[in-house]
Amino acid sequence: MEKSRPLWANPLQFVFACISYAVGLGNVWRFPYLCQMYGGGSFLVPYLVMLIVEGMPLLYLELAVGQRMRQGSIGAWKTISPYLGGVGLASVVVSFFLSMYYNIINAWAFWYLFHSFQDPLPWSVCPLNDNHTGYDEECEKASSTQYFWYRKTLNISPSIQDSGRVQWEPALCLVLAWLVVYLCVLRGTQSTGKLEQLANPKAWINAATQIFFSLGLGFGSLIAFASYNEPSNNCQKHAIIVSLINSSTSIFASIVTFSIYGFKATFNYESCLNKVILLLTNSFDLEDGFLTASNLEQVKGYLASTFPGKYSEVLPQMRNCSLQAELATAVQGTGLSFIVYTEAIKNMEVSQLWSVLYFFMLLMLGIGSMLGNTAAILTPLTDSKVVSSHLPKEAISGLVCLVNCVIGLVFTMESGNYWFDIFNDYAATLSLLLIVLVETIAVCYVYGLRRFESDLEAMTGRGLNWYWKAMWAGVSPLLIVSLFVFYLSDYILTGTLQYQAWDAFQGQLVTKDYPPYALAVIGLLVASSIMCIPLVALGTFITRCLKRGDTPPAA
Amino acid sequence: MLCLLFFLVTAVGAELCQPDAENAFKVRLSIRTALGDKAYAWDTNEEYLFKAMVAFSMRKVPNRETTEISHVLLCNVTQRVSFWFVVTDPSKNHTLPAVEIQSAIRMNRNRINSAFFLNDQTLEFLKIPSTLAPPTDPTMPIWMIIFSVIFCIVIVAVMLLIFSGIRQRRRKSKGPSEVDDTEDKCENMITIENGIPCDPLDTKGGHINDVFMTEDERLTPL
Repeated sequence: MEKSRPLWANPLQFVFACISYAVGLGNVWRFPYLCQMYGGGSFLVPYLVMLIVEGMPLLYLELAVGQRMRQGSIGAWKTISPYLGGVGLASVVVSFFLSMYYNIINAWAFWYLFHSFQDPLPWSVCPLNDNHTGYDEECEKASSTQYFWYRKTLNISPSIQDSGRVQWEPALCLVLAWLVVYLCVLRGTQSTGKLEQLANPKAWINAATQIFFSLGLGFGSLIAFASYNEPSNNCQKHAIIVSLINSSTSIFASIVTFSIYGFKATFNYESCLNKVILLLTNSFDLEDGFLTASNLEQVKGYLASTFPGKYSEVLPQMRNCSLQAELATAVQGTGLSFIVYTEAIKNMEVSQLWSVLYFFMLLMLGIGSMLGNTAAILTPLTDSKVVSSHLPKEAISGLVCLVNCVIGLVFTMESGNYWFDIFNDYAATLSLLLIVLVETIAVCYVYGLRRFESDLEAMTGRGLNWYWKAMWAGVSPLLIVSLFVFYLSDYILTGTLQYQAWDAFQGQLVTKDYPPYALAVIGLLVASSIMCIPLVALGTFITRCLKRGDTPPAA
Repeated sequence: MLCLLFFLVTAVGAELCQPDAENAFKVRLSIRTALGDKAYAWDTNEEYLFKAMVAFSMRKVPNRETTEISHVLLCNVTQRVSFWFVVTDPSKNHTLPAVEIQSAIRMNRNRINSAFFLNDQTLEFLKIPSTLAPPTDPTMPIWMIIFSVIFCIVIVAVMLLIFSGIRQRRRKSKGPSEVDDTEDKCENMITIENGIPCDPLDTKGGHINDVFMTEDERLTPL
């Protein structure tokens, strides 16, 4: 019946796999942004509280379920109750959506990595225009890093409606990224992983959300990893270790990111000042080197009073340079990684080295998370006898990677980045909250908390602390419900959804409304994973009724 | 008489060279920005050198080989350092067309720059755009090379893993199939409770030899 399940070689491998899954791009580009938006160090308070109250209990729950049931997400939840197979299926669907769009980030990281071996770095200089008399117009209006990101990497179209063609360069990088993922999962998932975020004005909401998504709850990846554990494994200790390491990585990454912000802000501030100095020196024919940053304000006042006419001509061209304004530009997501960081890197000494190291790190994080995601999809597939009897493991992994790669080509089109943002914002957010809520309720009330407790004791030999029981049964579900209600109400109140489109003529981002079919896709994304839960429950109920109707129950 | 002539000449010269005059160009130097401590002062000798360089550039233009230094007129020198200049014809009544001067300066820009230890950004001729260095496009983009290398390595690794997996499976299927059968039988007899095999909970692993068990029981003292 059940072949002996492959096991992790040692508990350390399992811990590393979980850490690699949990620690990922969100730690680097989401957490520092949240810190900056919600008061820096003080954001740590809600973050740590949410970690202890929500993150650790839910992480422990998922690991315990996986270790106890020794199956992937679909099998595990079906075991708890036949009506709850939909939860596992919903997890797989969400993981599938995630793996569709997530690997394009790795493709972009590869693209930048390959371009880091040039002098000068391609994003540090603007290309020349057609008659070689100046720089390309779009690049002048924006900046060279933005130009390289929006034009050379994405070749972005002005709106989501203009699809354009598939760009072969990012498509090649996407294929390579999928090949690397396939290479790692080919033999069975004994490796790494990680996950994502969300947003809203309230610091606590954001802290709760950040913890939730950063740990990668609800995708089924953690259940999949834990299902390969020895039954006697101390998953309580591992849950605490993984969540602590995940949080400390986030905090460490913010320290680095803040120093990058500071460097970039200082550099931009100084070049802004230099531009103003040059403008004034040229307009008023002042002696070269006379105007410096220290006497700028004095001289400006003197010029305004002595040559008011000429000064008023020059005034519109002068920018108000402010270090505060530079520091206040908080960016998250792909904008942080590929624009802000590259801008900082291009101004450093030996920029090629830093660039290579940075994009290599991004790749490690991204591929680690991809492996966790793919594990979430592959484990239920290889567990199910229907699929694994017909195809060997390698073929299943290959098929999954191939399908995802082909669908992922959508994100290499000219409008691909807009679709990426849709998936990034909506594919995994509401659905995950609901999935984890159902998971918690299923374990505590459907399976029975006492029964689960005795199972864990028998399995690991250790009792269950009252703290975990209190969290699982009460606090965490309440927290998730409130998060869920908050997001729904926020969406209803805001009304239509908008997105940022790149305008090539102005050289900046503009806000546009989503067209109806994009809204339909969003609705479909959210609904398709959530609907699995009630639909499977209904289906199981109907089949059971039919079976009971056909054969009278044995005495 | 001579004084009058001299006065006339300078007056005419002054009219020809004026800011925004016809065929006049403004030049801007940023010596301190370029050279820092080693900056030299801009004096009449440097102006003379400038006039010489412009005359030299004009001499390279066909039909203008007779341009002399005295044909180049400078005016409105500011502290910046910036000034205007024109090039007159031998009669000193008209200025040479701007287009000719432009092309002459562009062709000899490097020589002029190096005479003053400056470059295109620190010695600016307004209205004479400098030709920017064309980007060096290698025949094969560098990123493609690195991409191809990594791609090939990954493909080879994938192939190796697939083939070794196939070979392992073939060896297993040829090997002891009897062991497989007994294992299957053992697993069939494992009790399943609620869909979960009791096997994980059984620490002994189910390899108990029944024959010896029953003998022990028989031999157990009363």
